[in-house]
Amino acid sequence: MQEKSGIILDVEDLNIRFDTPKGEFHAVKDVSFRMRREKLAIVGESGSGKTQTGRAILGLTQGRISAKRLAFHDTSLLGLDAAGWRQIRGRRIAMVMQDPKYSLNPVMTIGDQLIEAGQRSLAPGSVRSRALEMLEAVKIRDPLRVFNAWPHELSGGMGQRAMIAMMLMAEPELLIADEPTSALDVTVRLQVLAILDDLVKTRDMGLIFISHDLNLVRTFCDRVLIMYGGRVVETRMARDLRAATHPYTQGLLACSPEIDRPTRRLATLQRDPAWAEAPAAAPGAAPADTGS
Amino acid sequence: MIEIQDLSVIFGEAGQRVVAVDGVSLRVLPGESFGLVGESGSGKSTILRAVAGLIDHWGGSIRIDGHPVGRKRSRDFYRLVQMVFQDPFGSLHPKHTVDRILSEPLIIHGLDDAEARVRAALDQVQLGPSFRFRYPHQLSGGQRQRVAIARALILSPRLILLDEPTSALDVSIQAEILNLLDDIRRDLGVTYLLVSHDLGVVAHMCDRLAVMRQGALVEVASQGDLAAGALREPYSQQLMLASKGYDRAVVNSFTDT
Repeated sequence: MQEKSGIILDVEDLNIRFDTPKGEFHAVKDVSFRMRREKLAIVGESGSGKTQTGRAILGLTQGRISAKRLAFHDTSLLGLDAAGWRQIRGRRIAMVMQDPKYSLNPVMTIGDQLIEAGQRSLAPGSVRSRALEMLEAVKIRDPLRVFNAWPHELSGGMGQRAMIAMMLMAEPELLIADEPTSALDVTVRLQVLAILDDLVKTRDMGLIFISHDLNLVRTFCDRVLIMYGGRVVETRMARDLRAATHPYTQGLLACSPEIDRPTRRLATLQRDPAWAEAPAAAPGAAPADTGS
Repeated sequence: MIEIQDLSVIFGEAGQRVVAVDGVSLRVLPGESFGLVGESGSGKSTILRAVAGLIDHWGGSIRIDGHPVGRKRSRDFYRLVQMVFQDPFGSLHPKHTVDRILSEPLIIHGLDDAEARVRAALDQVQLGPSFRFRYPHQLSGGQRQRVAIARALILSPRLILLDEPTSALDVSIQAEILNLLDDIRRDLGVTYLLVSHDLGVVAHMCDRLAVMRQGALVEVASQGDLAAGALREPYSQQLMLASKGYDRAVVNSFTDT
């Protein structure tokens, strides 16, 4: 039934708590959303819970997860055992992190890392050719050179493309990208985004794009969840983001300097503690009003 | 305020030489806010470090306030020129209180009345007196950057070098710091030389800007030119369009970078 509605990920009332010496820290509070094969952004500032939400989907958070529902297609991700996770992680859901310098293994060639990523899901004879094919898919001009290269021989943009190629080896249905382009120069950033954009379209993949950059997600993604203090305060179609109604979203939009609209003073954000406490403004995370 | 003629900086030995800055000339007027923008490796920070005296093997000439400066800078130079660094977590001594961080320049320069000056500097960056005896780890990123700005201001310099002063901060905190820097310039009439990779920040903060690429100066434009999209060079245009967000047509138009 879920398959028919096209929902690939269903998150309902996700909570993540950390035990700290100072007591419990409630990092993610009652986050709910459903996604189809689309580009879904999770935006927020540091401490908003956006990264923890992304990690929870892959069971990679250190915190305690509880949820009414956390399901990938018909598989509940709650209480999945190690064998269950092996079927999902890297195969059906993959993750790209922020900085290729730290997420690539420095003592393995790019090619070996790609092969490792594809080994479990591909026939042995086809892994190498698929690795080269994926390097080509992320617009690397000389795939063989990069295949044989060590991570330190690649630039930041090239390293991030190699990371994306690696995550695509197993043709995941959902890619979670946590600030995948924040460490990159602006022109390289857009080139990497164009690659992700093509992959979502041609491979029918879902993308969760975690970012602090409202302007970027407004122009790149289909739908945006705005998080503050662990809560989703607003959900919007990206193209309507400027019509946001939550004061936090409005405040974030107003305080970013824009090239073509110079102002003497930037608006500053007047934070309201209620944003992190009140129930999310819209039960707008329900799929009815968020379909594209 | 700053006159740079034919500045070159070369790193590395023969065979592995990297020309970080390649014959750059530019002038910054007194009271002006001037931005250097470019991608990584463009040489923007190297120019700033050469002006600050943090690199000693540059070629060409640098004049500050009409006087040529040499490889080694005098104590007086640092009364005139101060710097704010990118990372407020790395630029403040973790075991010194805010009071000590702000007093140290006063001691080095033999200035008296430290009490009043420290209080005035904290006031200038809108931190209350309660911050005076805190340690950096007790401050947020934005508060630390305010302390770094107060440290730069405490010697009443006339030129402040700003190296990506807000790139480590959340956008809402960035807005507060940029407003603060703007107020300070208007109150004190100081000159800013600001380095940033973020064209939005430069467009907001600077009267004029220089676009840098691979060590060379591509073009100098005014804030008005930038706002109107009237940049002359294709590379500056590309950088500007790329800074406005994702647009598939723009990506396809990129020439090789």
